[in-house]
Amino acid sequence: MSLTVSEVKDCAHLARLGIEEQDISSYAKDLSGMLDLLTQMNDLDTDGVEPMAHPMDQVQRLRVDVVTEQVDREKFQAIAPQVEAGLYLVPKVIE
Amino acid sequence: MYNKTIAELAKSLRSGEFSSVELTLAFLDRIKQHGSLNAYVTITEDLALQAAKTADIRLAAGNAELLTGIPIAQKDIFCTEGIKTSCGSRMLDNFIAPYNATVVDKFNSAGAVMLGKLNMDEFAMGSSNETSYYGAVKNPWNINAVPGGSSGGSAAAVAARLAVCATGTDTGGSIRQPAALCGITGLKPTYGRVSRYGMIAYASSLDQGGPMTRSAEDAALMLQTMAGFDDKDSTSVDVSVPDYRAGLNNSLEGLKIGLPKEFFGEGLSSDVAATLEAAINEYRKLGATVTEVSMPSLKLAIPAYYVIAPAECSANLSRFDGVRFGYRCENPVDLTDLYTRSRGEGFGKEVKRRILMGTYALSAGYYDAYYIKAQKVRRLISEDFKRALAEVDVMMGPVTPSTAFGIGEKIDNPIEMYLSDIYTIAINLAGVPAMSVPAGFAKGLPVGLQIIGHYFAEDKLLNIAHQYQQVTDWHTQIPKGFE
Repeated sequence: MSLTVSEVKDCAHLARLGIEEQDISSYAKDLSGMLDLLTQMNDLDTDGVEPMAHPMDQVQRLRVDVVTEQVDREKFQAIAPQVEAGLYLVPKVIE
Repeated sequence: MYNKTIAELAKSLRSGEFSSVELTLAFLDRIKQHGSLNAYVTITEDLALQAAKTADIRLAAGNAELLTGIPIAQKDIFCTEGIKTSCGSRMLDNFIAPYNATVVDKFNSAGAVMLGKLNMDEFAMGSSNETSYYGAVKNPWNINAVPGGSSGGSAAAVAARLAVCATGTDTGGSIRQPAALCGITGLKPTYGRVSRYGMIAYASSLDQGGPMTRSAEDAALMLQTMAGFDDKDSTSVDVSVPDYRAGLNNSLEGLKIGLPKEFFGEGLSSDVAATLEAAINEYRKLGATVTEVSMPSLKLAIPAYYVIAPAECSANLSRFDGVRFGYRCENPVDLTDLYTRSRGEGFGKEVKRRILMGTYALSAGYYDAYYIKAQKVRRLISEDFKRALAEVDVMMGPVTPSTAFGIGEKIDNPIEMYLSDIYTIAINLAGVPAMSVPAGFAKGLPVGLQIIGHYFAEDKLLNIAHQYQQVTDWHTQIPKGFE
């Protein structure tokens, strides 16, 4: 099975992942190789098998809905690329 | 002093043979002297000396714990408050973590001295440490060979005596494989045994932190500090933590060892196979019996892993968006450009490959064919383990098909690199614990023996490894030039 250049571009767009034009065909080749590997799974009959998400089949725990931590905004924003007046700055989205 | 075990060091620190400050200075010197190994991303010299002074006060006051004053190092995947936590990526090259991972907190409160942060494959994706933004780590046994990955810096540092012990993380073999290739002891605990809080996520249903040490006894001491239920990790399992040292000296008389026949077939190099045979014979001498077991679904572990891990990685790494922390591209023209270029410039090639694979596998129309199918295969693989482990106490086999390969040898062929993880990946899918124990050398390079156990049987694995280390000295060998 192989992945086309345009499918690679679609995935890169979905993942908002910039890849250089000249690298796309090499990603297509690598991913096609991976897909070939993955098709081996079709050799195994998995009808009626329950998908496994956690090795101990543990489900998400519930906890009492109380405040346990206060967010320290200043501390977190100190490592942000760009902030102003307590807000994270990004390029303008609405004209 | 840098050849001593944790227990020996604890004794020396208490008898006044040397102080934690002296010990820490000796390790800092060695780290600088052997900087060309590239094992460390960050050396936290000032903080280490400060911690060593505090440890000496605790030792003098008589309220020290076993790890108090012991110089250790953290894989750079564990968040350390106020200290750069890069995860081996340009994306986090400027990231000063605002909080500590639970594992880091635990070592800090035990009084361990952190020497620095260790190099690793970018976001733990790699088997050779060559995907690190900070460059490849060198194997102390042969500087032209890889140390393995992703915890390559941890393995190289422990083997070269640049730390007494180190943390690692294992998603598909990232503790055991570098431990094997560098001739040290590495333990991947049961999934959920060690908190993942503050451990930067790659594939959340597989990732597990664990100890990387020279001996099984040291691993027991490290795991004692690392293990335990954590409210802050929603996948943490609430099972009590035993005393890992208590059973180290138990006899192995009557131990039932299973050898999965799929682990000893085509692909295993003959010199590794011969080394393992000798190791298994040692166990026979210790009173163990050996039988063959079978894991019919094992061959599908790699395909299942390369759906599940990339799928989880593509979701986990979506948080790196150039907005709140980490790398941001220069002069973004709009928000999409900011996301796309920050991620494109911040991530390296292997990480991008896995994000693309995961995005594809999770995209509309393919979800059932890949992700759900892989989760079903995962169940069958885990049933193989349960079935095999119902017949025997532990299973043994290789960690890697061959000894350490050359730097640059496989990096351009990702599929070949993936296939070399055949003996480690299935263990993560099942979630059982497994260890790599130094078992000898083939053409001068270390060979690891893998021991695989029941869920939460870390104490048993440590006992089995420790008994072997009482009758062999592979784990005490020092690479040439690092004596």
